Amino acid sequence: MTDNLLLGRLSLDAIPYHEPILVGTFCAVALGGMVVLGALTYFRLWGYLWREWFTSIDHKKIGVMYIVMGLIMLLRGFADAVMMRAQQALSFGDSTGFLPPHHFDQVFTAHGVIMIFFVAMPLVTGFMNFVVPLQIGARDVAFPFLNNFSFWMTAGGGILVMLSLFVGEFAKTGWLAYPPLSGLLASPDVGVDYYIWSLQIAGVGTLLSGVNLIATIVKMRAPGMTMMKMPVFTWTALCTNVLIVAAFPVLTAVLVLLSLDRYVGTNFFTNDLGGNAMMYVNMIWIWGHPEVYILVLPVFGIFSEVVSTFSGKRLFGYASMVYATVVITILSYLVWLHHFFTMGSGASVNSFFGITTMIISIPTGAKIFNWLFTMYRGRIKFEVPMLWTVGFMITFVIGGMTGVLLAVPPADFVLHNSLFLIAHFHNVIIGGVLFGLFAGLNFWFPKAFGFKLDPFWGKVSFWFWQIGFFFAFMPLYVLGLMGVTRRLSHFDDMSLRPWFLIAAFGAALIAAGIGALLMQIFVSILKRKELADHTGDPWGGRTLEWSTSSPPPAYNFAFTPRVHDNDAWHDMKANGYERPVNGFIDIHMPKNTAAGIVLAGIATVMGFALIWHMWLIAGVAFATLIIATIVHTFNYKRDFYIQAADVTRTEDARTKLLAAHV
Amino acid sequence: MSIQKKLRAAGLLALVSLLTGCNTVVLNPSGDVAAQQGHLIVISTVLMLLIIVPVIALTLLFAWRYRASNKEATYKPDWDHSTQLELVIWAAPLLIIIALGAITWISTHTLDPFRPLQRIDENRPVTRDVQPLVVDVVALDWKWLFIYPEQGIATVNEVAAPVDRPIEFHITASSVMNSFYIPALAGQIYAMPSMETQLHAVINKAGDYEGFSANYSGAGFSHMHFRFHGLTQADFDTWVQHAKASGEPLDRAGYLAIEKPSQNDPVRYFGSVAPDLFGAVVNRCVAPGSMCIDQMMALENSKRLGVKDPNCDPVTGKPLNTAAPQSTPVPANREQQ
Repeated sequence: MTDNLLLGRLSLDAIPYHEPILVGTFCAVALGGMVVLGALTYFRLWGYLWREWFTSIDHKKIGVMYIVMGLIMLLRGFADAVMMRAQQALSFGDSTGFLPPHHFDQVFTAHGVIMIFFVAMPLVTGFMNFVVPLQIGARDVAFPFLNNFSFWMTAGGGILVMLSLFVGEFAKTGWLAYPPLSGLLASPDVGVDYYIWSLQIAGVGTLLSGVNLIATIVKMRAPGMTMMKMPVFTWTALCTNVLIVAAFPVLTAVLVLLSLDRYVGTNFFTNDLGGNAMMYVNMIWIWGHPEVYILVLPVFGIFSEVVSTFSGKRLFGYASMVYATVVITILSYLVWLHHFFTMGSGASVNSFFGITTMIISIPTGAKIFNWLFTMYRGRIKFEVPMLWTVGFMITFVIGGMTGVLLAVPPADFVLHNSLFLIAHFHNVIIGGVLFGLFAGLNFWFPKAFGFKLDPFWGKVSFWFWQIGFFFAFMPLYVLGLMGVTRRLSHFDDMSLRPWFLIAAFGAALIAAGIGALLMQIFVSILKRKELADHTGDPWGGRTLEWSTSSPPPAYNFAFTPRVHDNDAWHDMKANGYERPVNGFIDIHMPKNTAAGIVLAGIATVMGFALIWHMWLIAGVAFATLIIATIVHTFNYKRDFYIQAADVTRTEDARTKLLAAHV
Repeated sequence: MSIQKKLRAAGLLALVSLLTGCNTVVLNPSGDVAAQQGHLIVISTVLMLLIIVPVIALTLLFAWRYRASNKEATYKPDWDHSTQLELVIWAAPLLIIIALGAITWISTHTLDPFRPLQRIDENRPVTRDVQPLVVDVVALDWKWLFIYPEQGIATVNEVAAPVDRPIEFHITASSVMNSFYIPALAGQIYAMPSMETQLHAVINKAGDYEGFSANYSGAGFSHMHFRFHGLTQADFDTWVQHAKASGEPLDRAGYLAIEKPSQNDPVRYFGSVAPDLFGAVVNRCVAPGSMCIDQMMALENSKRLGVKDPNCDPVTGKPLNTAAPQSTPVPANREQQ
């Protein structure tokens, strides 16, 4: 097939109009999309969105956009999960289910890629973006424009993944795209190219956002906030971003090598001419294992904030919490080989990586105990964030235990790649990361929007998720012990079926949990007057973000706070802090810019062109990208002053509001 | 702490019911290696439950006892440190991990798939005179080829071994990565193109067991199973005779034909096998005229070391495999891999 200069490999054949599921999905998406676009036009919201959100360099708004993106992609990733559970529940004996391998293999690949890169990562990054500057008493992140650009690059990657649904296809390789399967010989289609370019583009965003947050935390803390007075969430965010900056370049490099194999004909990971696929597996896991901690560390931070706030008590063992976080950060680089003991590296190598893996459970265990003893002799209010936290503590330790079990190499030889492994990592990613993100959502939502999320629907969501999780994944542990491996689209052994049916029922419960979450957001918006919080501190918070109004003003703090304790706001309240009501001065702030969305848009077009071998468009897009970047450097109108009068007006309004609600 | 004890008992009970209740082949296998691996799962789990169960119990207990509505409970809002307690919470997991780490180090070495078996089962060590049964395994798209060098036969999607005789698998793949796994026999090991892995195992009970690829390998992956038969020596001999009698020869051209992607292949038997077919598969030189990887590497080395004869290994001086079909069988250079 010769490539057309303009359209490359893209032709009408790439549109999957013969697949009824995809056509149905497309119709629903198109219809829904038109309704949304129509509504935006009708209510004249485009200008508002463009000015106030898309071009905004306010870390709070960018954080919210990340979280919205994560929640939307959660729906897509979960739709994939439902299809897998349905297929595996149906496809027994003579029945082949409703998904042919061609489709099923894309579904499980997309599920993994989306859930990690476009659900968990944006949600985690969103919380760090929103919360960290507020917690350290800063006005914004260190590089506000870069922050906007990072978000749009992440969104660009997400758009490419979504596009693969309707134009061409996604990878059929599993979420890490091991060669030789992802090489040109076994996967000549565009699927792997979609995979490569969506991750490369989103990866730029992730890496830059990591740089940004490290600089922010290191350089922009309020006076008095020494490293050992930083809130634990900020600590975990710092460690996570160090991991991001150190690990993501490895992913970028390994994907570059894979693309060279696919595009230029090099032999890094091919079977012949000296290629070695084992190198890919090693390199991708040198990124991949730290990635797990990139997701879970900030969530540990969220739990730390939640547990101490709702227990009405200082966090137990702050110092050991910090050291545990740092130890996990370092150790996370010494365990990657446990993902492929079965490659046959030899007993001593396998034992080394098995034991380093187990050692990680020591600081993690210490963290669990610290939360436990924070609850001890507390006054625990079971608001929704606390429910998620207790649910996490019970669920996560089970996942931790099975994880340590899998770290014993001879045990891994019989459980590797089995459904036991699937159950394990969902146990830690759902029971750890996702539960923590939901705790964080309920915890910080009032800070972002000025009203709480409805607790009734929050509790409904929690219970459906919690119970649904056990129904969906405990059967997979059993199936793993029955010797059932992952990624199968068909089974012959009928005795396995009851377990798959239970798992499918669990997925239905989780669907109800997601429904309740959406309902919770919807109901809360309707009842926002009733749920409003005028104090800015609805939970009796302990850290600085609760000292400002909800939602915080663009400048976060009229005066930079002075910190004397690691529970800075709690300390201020205890020592009779009085909010300044006059003497405000001009505040220096960064200016919104369209450069981020424009650059990321061009990068996305370039990615699409590279996927389809549209060399001309790719070349033009690349040149435009460079030129646009240079042009942007000549934009000198990057900052402005919020006048003291405007600050006074904002702060006076808050003074009145506080007085009205005492 | 009666709640704790009860919970622990319940946990163990659940585990035991799993062990005996459903068809959990991983915990109730029929081969000694898998049995040791299954045993290790149980030991490690029990060891970890020593700390997991108290944590879960304490979480529930504290959540209940220190609920806000319980005004009886002590409230110490500023208590955030206790050196003794910190020592305990770091030391308790540490002790468990030291125990588990020791178990890991020992078991990883004794159960290393590359290590020749030391025992047939708990009570019978392998004596010096026992020769393991060698089976060469090739993961193809999407079926399995088994070559028996000793018996001179080959099969597709069916493999058999006599009960209580150590088996030595040599494993490779034709195009993409797979994992060779017979849960009843022993843990898995990857099958990778241009590489050879090994698995030593033994089956202790006669029976018909399932084997499959445990690493996703493309469209035909779901149907990539085979049967593994544990047979008495007499039955095994009959099985070999049956393969010899009913089968066609497997030459290099024949291999290239079955190497082509296909799904749901029926069981096939080959009465004879081209000499050193497996070595050629590993070195990717079955096709006529292609150069073997070991030869290519030797050539590179000889350039570097200045050794004259490219057909000999520059280090050992032994002759190497060549691509063209050979008239005299050349032993595979296993020690090279």
